[in-house]
Amino acid sequence: MGVFESLRMSLGIWLSRIFGKKRARIGIYGPPNAGKTTLANRIVKDWSGDGTLGTVSPVPHETRRAVRKEGLVINADGASIHLDIVDTPGMATKIDFREFMAYGMSEEEAKRRAKEATEGVIEAIKWLDDLDGVLLVMDSTEDPYTQVNVTVIGNMEARNLPLLIVANKIDLPNAAPSRIKAAFPQHPVVQISALEGKNLDELYHAIAVHFG
Amino acid sequence: MREVQMDLISEEKLNRMTSMEKIRLILDKVKTGRIVVLESGLTPEEEVRLIEMTMTEIRVDEFSGIEIESYPAKREGSFVSRILGRGSSKGRMTVIGPANQLRTVEKDQYQISTKVSVGD
Repeated sequence: MGVFESLRMSLGIWLSRIFGKKRARIGIYGPPNAGKTTLANRIVKDWSGDGTLGTVSPVPHETRRAVRKEGLVINADGASIHLDIVDTPGMATKIDFREFMAYGMSEEEAKRRAKEATEGVIEAIKWLDDLDGVLLVMDSTEDPYTQVNVTVIGNMEARNLPLLIVANKIDLPNAAPSRIKAAFPQHPVVQISALEGKNLDELYHAIAVHFG
Repeated sequence: MREVQMDLISEEKLNRMTSMEKIRLILDKVKTGRIVVLESGLTPEEEVRLIEMTMTEIRVDEFSGIEIESYPAKREGSFVSRILGRGSSKGRMTVIGPANQLRTVEKDQYQISTKVSVGD
């Protein structure tokens, strides 16, 4: 990238931060079963009043196609932002159909789901090229140093795009969101329970400030 | 006794390769059951393309994907170049293997511990 192109992009980012972006397209990313769709459903319900965006399930890779909701307006403590949100399929580096059979699926069904899940990961990756920022959802009960987390964060940093880490599932007894903060100290972390609706006001404020 | 082949690839060799050449080399080795260790790792963009290519090559009963572990990338470049978005994210040492053979035991920003299974 040339100097003038860099200056133009940086100026654009600065101006949009100063004068407020008209509309930001934000992707919800994370490993399977981190609670991305539960969070997406919460956001849509709270700010559009519409129905749910996707189906929530304990089976990994329930979301196998990216789902978009356009034109949300989030107002929080005087800050405001117009958003399009994209709930993406869970990112993974491996997909084995036998994993789905453990949830009671037939072999044929499990193989079909595995194929759709691989396509979902590819779709999630393609969306990275077309976003203004990312909400990276992590499960607070899990080790935060997953390759998916490291890769998504690395890509956002390389593209100079804003990233907000959502430490989800803090309602669970073994949740340790402090591990997430310690692992990625260079990025803001908001601790929530998307399932119980805990700390969502804090999250909305962070979204409006961080992506606005 | 079963053996596992481990290929440690130098930074010098990696620097001479294009991103696509690196990804193809890694996948070809991993699909034959080798563990690959890259001295200088991949950039974040290369990591995400490696995952994308891996997904296109998953086959039932043949290849279920990869286990890839790297440290968070280092941001390099001067303060001004980073402000301008020109600082590069340099990949750090990375270990990659077949998902059914390599397992991560522990990982933090300084150390990656893995186990390799040699039995069926």
